[in-house]
Amino acid sequence: MAESATGMIDVSIQPGFFSSFVDAFNFIFHQQEGGGGTLVGGPAKVLELTWAQVQVSGLALAGSLVIAVPIGAWFGHRGKGEFLAIGLGNAGRAVPEIAVIFLLAAVIGIGLRDVAIALAILGIPPILTNTFVGVRQVDPRAVEAGRGMGMSELAVLTRVELPLAVPTIMGGVRTAAINIVATATIASFVGYSTLGDFIINPQVYGTDGALAGAILVALLALAVELTLSGLQYLLTPRGLRLQHIGTGA
Amino acid sequence: MTKRYAGSEEPAVRELDLEVPGGEICVLVGPSGSGKTTAMRMVNRMVEITEGDILVGDTSVRDRSPAQLRREMGYVIQQIGLFPHRTVAANIATVPTLLDWGHDRIQARIDELLELVRIEPALRDRYPAQLSGGQQQRVGVARALAANPGVMLMDEPFGAVDPINRERLQNEFLRLQAEVRKTILFVTHDIDEAIKMGDRIAILREGGRLAQYATPAELLMAPADDFVEDFVGADRALKRLALLRVRDIDLWEAPLAHVGQATSEVRAKLEGAEVPYALVIDSERRPLGWLSDEDLLAETVPANPDASPEPVLELDDVMRDALSDLLQAETRYAPVVDADGRIAGVLSVEIISEFLTSPEALVEEHPAAERPLAE
Amino acid sequence: MYVLAAKMHLAIPLAANDLPRSFFGGRRGQHPCESTDALFCPRWAVDNLHTYVDPALKQAYLVVISVVVGFAIAMALAVLSHRFKWLTPPIIGLTGVLYTVPSIAFFFLLLPITGFGTDTAVIALAAYTLQIIYRNAVTGLANVPTEARDAGRGMGMTRSQLLWRVEMPLAVPEIIAGLRIAAVSTMALATLAFLAGAGGLGQQLSAQPTFKTNILLVGGLVIAMAITFDLMLLAVQRLTTPWRRARPA
Repeated sequence: MAESATGMIDVSIQPGFFSSFVDAFNFIFHQQEGGGGTLVGGPAKVLELTWAQVQVSGLALAGSLVIAVPIGAWFGHRGKGEFLAIGLGNAGRAVPEIAVIFLLAAVIGIGLRDVAIALAILGIPPILTNTFVGVRQVDPRAVEAGRGMGMSELAVLTRVELPLAVPTIMGGVRTAAINIVATATIASFVGYSTLGDFIINPQVYGTDGALAGAILVALLALAVELTLSGLQYLLTPRGLRLQHIGTGA
Repeated sequence: MTKRYAGSEEPAVRELDLEVPGGEICVLVGPSGSGKTTAMRMVNRMVEITEGDILVGDTSVRDRSPAQLRREMGYVIQQIGLFPHRTVAANIATVPTLLDWGHDRIQARIDELLELVRIEPALRDRYPAQLSGGQQQRVGVARALAANPGVMLMDEPFGAVDPINRERLQNEFLRLQAEVRKTILFVTHDIDEAIKMGDRIAILREGGRLAQYATPAELLMAPADDFVEDFVGADRALKRLALLRVRDIDLWEAPLAHVGQATSEVRAKLEGAEVPYALVIDSERRPLGWLSDEDLLAETVPANPDASPEPVLELDDVMRDALSDLLQAETRYAPVVDADGRIAGVLSVEIISEFLTSPEALVEEHPAAERPLAE
Repeated sequence: MYVLAAKMHLAIPLAANDLPRSFFGGRRGQHPCESTDALFCPRWAVDNLHTYVDPALKQAYLVVISVVVGFAIAMALAVLSHRFKWLTPPIIGLTGVLYTVPSIAFFFLLLPITGFGTDTAVIALAAYTLQIIYRNAVTGLANVPTEARDAGRGMGMTRSQLLWRVEMPLAVPEIIAGLRIAAVSTMALATLAFLAGAGGLGQQLSAQPTFKTNILLVGGLVIAMAITFDLMLLAVQRLTTPWRRARPA
């Protein structure tokens, strides 16, 4: 075992791939000297960037929800605009996220609010499409029953259709969330600091930092997915839960 | 070729012991839960036998691999199960293709079968979605017959069709069977269908036990126990009428009168006749009408008798329909003619009821394939 | 076509007041459009379209390879879990993880193993497609009408004959639906492939990240290619499923 020039301990008897991961974990937990002599890595910096990513992603997701759910639900309830709703979902898939980030950065700026707007735009299509489809596909007999009991249209929507559409809607929310978190990583390119910083600046953070960043982003995404799955489970009405044992869309 | 079940203890079916003579239709009938479908599916090993054996001819069904066994049997199910992604021709060709028949042979067979089940050649390249329910059923039957199996298994094959088409399909199938004479195991829950279609009927009770195995006539006249009697239905006497034709019965003779004949001769014939009315016939011996008492007051037999001969029945009429006609017309007697329209006898409700209660009635039995077809 | 446009382009400025440096310095000087803040410069686009061709083709190539590899693996998994049903939940879970991990993280996680280059990109992109194709294939196979299956078995088809002659053909529409989604999503994602050193249109983006015309061109080309692949697959589906077009007589 030798001490390398940067002061880290080189475990050179292990296969190179394994040591990379060890170094990466090292990066996360211990501040060390990076390129240019500055101190990089360490838990504080990691938390700072993670929080930045969570913040902008959360804001964006909230924005997408506020816009997409009401629109999708209303049109799904009416049964109109199917072509548009489905088309929007398909089109949304075709749009390269990085282009959206770059374009909005060039047009409106790179603050928290601006990046959140860009990310929200990416999150709208899956949520809108899934909300539309979910509401549309609710058992028409349940809807009839609700109307028959004297519920207003709005009540039918909120008390019958939306609860029954939760699995499908949450499926869309999960997709949107993953897209948003993934794209927030790229926001580092335009100057908004997130975990992506570690990945795209090898001159500062080194390959260890890049790998560390990748691991962190992956874990963050998985954590978000698990959280939302749990949320979906909690929000699904018990009767539905007993029916659907499989995963949502 | 005979088929024999030996006892088996699959929980759904117990101790079934049947022998099905070759070329006959054996119907398995019973309420739901009686294991009739399970029993049938044991023959082609869709369900495995836990105890006992099934022999086709002299070979056990266990002797070959299930796939091979099934290729030698026709299999028709209620929902038909045509392959939606294949044309009519390709569907029919399924088993021959599995058996590696040559292309030409297969095409010829398809044409043959289409004609047999009466499907227009124009439908050859259509897809199942483009056919009516009845057409789909017939393609299903053709598909089962494609490789010329000795044995056919049919599970409520006409169940998914509406009653009108079902009757048509049943009749067509019987006509087919008259030509091809397969050994058929037919499952149904409908006792009327069983009586119509079966040469032999096995009634199964819930729990899969055999209640009675007999010909339709035996079943109707001598049900083995209360369960069978209930299942057959309280109207079993009437059901028997569906099995008979008018020609199967001894008809009464009515005194016949020609136009222009002296009524005194007619009156003489009426003394002690079986039928107390005289029937006017023309030179071709076709019935023109019944003579009323007023008619008989005249000198000669008029050309237009007071009472119309209706309903005029035919020898080939199904007995049940004949009775129905008699009752509807509210007459006691109806003339019966042969295929040329010539008088053959007179039918009355009394004849029918006498016949049903008499010992000779036990003797009659037509193979299902030649059984009367409802008009 | 480009040459013609270029020639015309050189001719036109002669009449303009602001003599562009390109007139004097050949096409290597800065195009006047680049210094303006316009959203889209058609002239520049036409001028430089040829520089996008190679990256676009590379990106298309990446997508095709990735989707083909993903398809092969996902179908193999689907056939396996069709036979052994208990495999389905673990496979859904595993492919789900691969779907959730953002591509950029995936690229850098693979770096220690496969290094920079096309391979890394393909592995990551193919992994992303697994879940959607697998899910659709399993659903498609499960949705084969039971009576068709029963009839097939009853007529003497072996299990594998039943699978390939009956179940697979009937599952094709569902499978291709999954392929379409996979192809479109992968096309958008492949824009990031340049981070793994695999080229693609993302390269153009990173070269001029603030030039809006560039961003729009990249985005437009990606979307156009995605739509093309989508329509091609749709055509394949129509061609291979003639029975679905058949109308009741």
